[in-house]
Amino acid sequence: MRDSSQPATEMIERFLDSTLESVDQAEELALDMARRAGFDEDDLMKIGMAVRESMVNAVVHGNRYNASKKVRFSVTHHGERFSVRVQDEGEGFNFESLPDPLAPENLMRTSGRGLFLIRSFMDEFQMRHAEPGGTELVLVKYISK
Amino acid sequence: MSIKLNTRQVGDVSVVDVAGRITLGEGSSALRDALRDMVNNNHKKILLNLGEVNYIDSSGIGELVSGFTTVTNAGGQLKLLNLTKRVKDLLQITKLYTVFDVHEDEAHAIRAF
Repeated sequence: MRDSSQPATEMIERFLDSTLESVDQAEELALDMARRAGFDEDDLMKIGMAVRESMVNAVVHGNRYNASKKVRFSVTHHGERFSVRVQDEGEGFNFESLPDPLAPENLMRTSGRGLFLIRSFMDEFQMRHAEPGGTELVLVKYISK
Repeated sequence: MSIKLNTRQVGDVSVVDVAGRITLGEGSSALRDALRDMVNNNHKKILLNLGEVNYIDSSGIGELVSGFTTVTNAGGQLKLLNLTKRVKDLLQITKLYTVFDVHEDEAHAIRAF
């Protein structure tokens, strides 16, 4: 018998093509669930942007638009916790090598702000090397009361 | 179409009314091409009206930076007008808000060139 005091879990998982259309698709999937979870407009904007930036990294930098590679994308809502997982099949990269986009010498660079924005908009952020290869991002946002 | 650009002249200032999404792909490349064309056609005073930009991602921010650099290196000026809250917030957290000359009134922006 299910304990009615425990919050239900909603989860969606997709294996998406390495295209810009998949970025839009992932954003829409995440926002649909985030709206149902009760996030306000400000948080919806932040979640949407974080998902977009994560997907762009996976499609463009990880999988390099390779049609034979997929992006594993999942969104999970459990109680107050809303999480997004984005995993590519790329070659991975050295996390320590990322330049700080806020450093004065990097301010006028035309790229390199995606991960910074994800960290800024989400409550928790993890980046790890995936098995057997590629990069996995886990983004978490909590529904504020 | 994700982005719409409309260019008009106010004296010697080229005002580019941007509407829609400046995101990776069609949006960012359209803005890049428009600014490059203007510089190549010797337009040195460019005012980007972003009042109808409802979405911008890091690629879009990159194009604003790239446009600023391109115009400045060509001896021109690029200024921003009517930032929405979203765009303003993004420029502030990326510490770019003070790099650009940002205005809320078109007439005032034109006089600032």
